[in-house]
Amino acid sequence: MSDLNVTVIAGGLSPEREVSLRSGSRVADALRRAGVEVELRDVGKDLLPALAQDSPGVVFPVLHGIAGEDGTIKEVLELAGVPYVGARPHACRTAFDKTTAKAILDQSGLKTPESVTLPKQAFHDLGAAALTARVVERLGAELFVKPRACGSAFGVSRVESAGDLPQALMACFAYHDEALIERRVTGTEIAVGVADLGDGPRALPVVEIDAGTGLYDYTARYTPGAVEFHCPARLPAEVAKEAARVAVAAHQALGLLDLSRTDAIVTEAGEVFVLETNVAPGMTETSTYPMALEEAGLDFGVFCRDLAALAAHRHGLSV
Amino acid sequence: MQSDEPSRRGADPWLGHYAERAAGMVASEVRALFAVASRPEIVSLAGGMPNVSALPMDAVAGLMADLVTERGPVALQYGSAQGDPSLRETICTVMAEEGIDAHPDDVVVTVGSQQALDLVARVFLDPGDTVVTEGPTYVTALGTFAAYQARAVHVDMDERGVLPEALAETFARLERAGRPAKLFYTVPTFQNPAGVTLAAERRLRVLEVCRRAKVLVLEDNPYGLLHLEGEPMRALRADAPADVVYLGSFSKTLAPGLRVGWALAPSAVRDKLVLAAESAMLSHSAFAQLAVDRYLRTQPWQEQLKAFREMYRERRDAMLDSLEQHMPAGVSWTRPGGGFFVWVTLPEGLDSKAMLPRAVQSRVAYVPGTGFYADGAGRRAMRLSYCYPPPERIRDGVRTLADVIGTELELWETFGATAHPHSGGPQTPGPDHS
Repeated sequence: MSDLNVTVIAGGLSPEREVSLRSGSRVADALRRAGVEVELRDVGKDLLPALAQDSPGVVFPVLHGIAGEDGTIKEVLELAGVPYVGARPHACRTAFDKTTAKAILDQSGLKTPESVTLPKQAFHDLGAAALTARVVERLGAELFVKPRACGSAFGVSRVESAGDLPQALMACFAYHDEALIERRVTGTEIAVGVADLGDGPRALPVVEIDAGTGLYDYTARYTPGAVEFHCPARLPAEVAKEAARVAVAAHQALGLLDLSRTDAIVTEAGEVFVLETNVAPGMTETSTYPMALEEAGLDFGVFCRDLAALAAHRHGLSV
Repeated sequence: MQSDEPSRRGADPWLGHYAERAAGMVASEVRALFAVASRPEIVSLAGGMPNVSALPMDAVAGLMADLVTERGPVALQYGSAQGDPSLRETICTVMAEEGIDAHPDDVVVTVGSQQALDLVARVFLDPGDTVVTEGPTYVTALGTFAAYQARAVHVDMDERGVLPEALAETFARLERAGRPAKLFYTVPTFQNPAGVTLAAERRLRVLEVCRRAKVLVLEDNPYGLLHLEGEPMRALRADAPADVVYLGSFSKTLAPGLRVGWALAPSAVRDKLVLAAESAMLSHSAFAQLAVDRYLRTQPWQEQLKAFREMYRERRDAMLDSLEQHMPAGVSWTRPGGGFFVWVTLPEGLDSKAMLPRAVQSRVAYVPGTGFYADGAGRRAMRLSYCYPPPERIRDGVRTLADVIGTELELWETFGATAHPHSGGPQTPGPDHS
């Protein structure tokens, strides 16, 4: 056993609770195998007292979705004065808000699909038919509609024609009051993990996601075998290198720490369009981040342990 | 298909090996939302879990301890596939409450009535066979029929249960199409999910329709003794012993954790069910069977049922009162005389499945209606259960749900003219919502 002890926080009340529980349990197991003493906790009224009393060591939040990735849990951990793995609250908030993140990535010279963000109130006040018509006029009818802030593809719809748009917006507004409507970029879907073990962020091998003709939606993400993953991605070396560069640039532009995962589309011309950057990548059996770690020759448990040790050092603890 | 490409990762290596019937066994958004609904912060009007904490736990603990002390070598040993003879006798006295005159030899004890349903499907259904059910119907029955690759065809109900004429027409239509129905699966009393009961005057007519069409009736009756008004309904089986396989359960009247249910079947069918049970599980838990038997023989179970009924009556009334008080115009619901469930129908255009994320984020959960149909119907409907949360939580939950529906109505007013209906098919809720 090392001197390090870690509290993994997983669960929470977002729609991604189940995913988070699975990720958290895998991270906890991997840490234990790497010789770390681990406590696994859910978010609830007993969390703060536990963090205050049990000398929790380093907290490794594996919470997805609202209150997990939007900076809330990080603010809480700052208040509790405990060291934690991952980005600071403000950076989480920026990265989780797809619209703000896109603006920052654009300013950094990274490509993201052209988009508009509209609140549901705008459709009510200005008339849905008129407003959706303008959207289609600007972006075309092949679109993705996403909640401005949510994960695991919840509330995401692929729009094939203008007629699909109102229903897609309604599905999106069940998760969030603002919709990000993106022009659909076609190409190869990839996920690029970024890891920073204290020597600067570097990209992990690129994972290619082949969902066939279907959507990489919740079912596809969490049903083993529903999609095919390729790691390393079947991309020309220079394109893979560009994807790696983009992921690291996104990690830096958003001011992230320790780990992130950038989801992107590579067009036939080899252009990389960033879809989003996640501060708490999924760590389930079907998640891409652990796959990339394995391809990079990194042991999952040792990697998590090193991140926790790094967080302890940041906090001035010696382990 | 499997690929030999070296970069292929994280896939299921057995993907090409699964049976066709496993095709629908996938992760779903609705299941993920239910994972949140199980948290105490959420008022769950979704689950069909009985309130077992109302049981006399000390008495139950005492009888289980006595059971191990006095009959340990039997309770901890294999039993017979048909079930413990003493329990089968006791089950007959329970069924007598609903007018059934049965012999213990015709009872097969199963792991909850769900296993009885599975065994009946196993011995009767070939791939492509047709089962007629009420619409909507019990979600896990649909799962069972799908697992045997049978097709479910629904018949409409009104507030007095299934319509006998519609049932006859459906049988005739299927016959003409060369796909005659093999089974009529029905929850005639306090139906799950609709909360309606097949009216007494329709019962003989329904049996007659099935007899003429030579369709075996599968009567699933877990809620019959949880009548909140008057006397228990007479079971269909009471009037047609040769034409009905009756499924009973102690999950709602005692405790689902014991997993004790049963089938009462005509003797030839019973023989097949016993053999099927043997291959499915060798024998049921002897401990659970003897515990139930001892409970029924030593505890005032009828008094306990009365206490359950009083508790559920208060909860049902809390739900019906709050629905009346808070629901926006255009929402309608059933008024169950027993059981656990109220079936709510939303105004035209609303989609209960699409609305579920908003509800869960507002801290209330229900089961969307589409899960209770095999054909994607039920988009406007939802099942609410009043069995588990205490009355004040039910009131809070219904008030929140009314607000969620109000918001959804505003959204529909915004997009309604241009939005076309959802094309998403049914998704199966988790087992704790059965």
